[in-house]
Amino acid sequence: MRERQADQQARRAREFQAFVAGAAGRLLHAATLLTGERADANPRARALLTAALAATYASWDRLRGEDPYDRTRTVLVVRYARGAWRRGRGDGGLLSRLAPQERIVLVLRLYEGVAEEQTAALLGLPVERVRTMCARAVTAVLHPPRGPAPSSSAPPVPPGALGKAASS
Amino acid sequence: MSQQERREAVVRQLLDAGGPSSVPPELHGDAVRRGSRMLRRRTLARRLLWVVLLAAVVAFTIWAAEAQPWVEPPSRTTPPLTRW
Repeated sequence: MRERQADQQARRAREFQAFVAGAAGRLLHAATLLTGERADANPRARALLTAALAATYASWDRLRGEDPYDRTRTVLVVRYARGAWRRGRGDGGLLSRLAPQERIVLVLRLYEGVAEEQTAALLGLPVERVRTMCARAVTAVLHPPRGPAPSSSAPPVPPGALGKAASS
Repeated sequence: MSQQERREAVVRQLLDAGGPSSVPPELHGDAVRRGSRMLRRRTLARRLLWVVLLAAVVAFTIWAAEAQPWVEPPSRTTPPLTRW
């Protein structure tokens, strides 16, 4: 009994390490987009990802064929959505001007390529609403409204593709 | 390719570009530590629940054996005497 438990623990540790080695980079990128932080200064994204990975580790033996990447991404988004209301607007990241839900939609739909239906189900919104939100967020990213822009180090925007780039 | 799709493709490129260069090495260890703690707590809570359940069953059994609530209590009232 003890031996089997130890076996299981060792297997879990091995599989989890392989999973983190393969997926953490992409997940950290997604988390950084969500928190609206800059790529080189993202403590909140790291904390978010650590929490999501810990939850995945804790339920590793009960995944039953579910993709751990999908699971971690879902936890990440749900945790972010739950805590977003007391967070700031983000500082300097690409999406720091957008509302939390718009960031989620953009990251899930365009960065992760999740289907509209799944995104809508995760957020508990109708599909049409997700579609309009995505379109609005795309416009907001391509044409940031004038004003005091917090993004002093926004990534370079491909020339010709955009009308007004984020500049301040 | 429609206008909207083109715009989405541009944003997709923007999102893909410029991610964090590397994952901090302590992230894996922290996640494992926190995950293990969650697992331990969950196991502990489950055990506690079982202990409480068992204790409740034992207590009920003892009480039932003592009190025997299914036995009809002896009658306290005497039928009135109508004829002497």
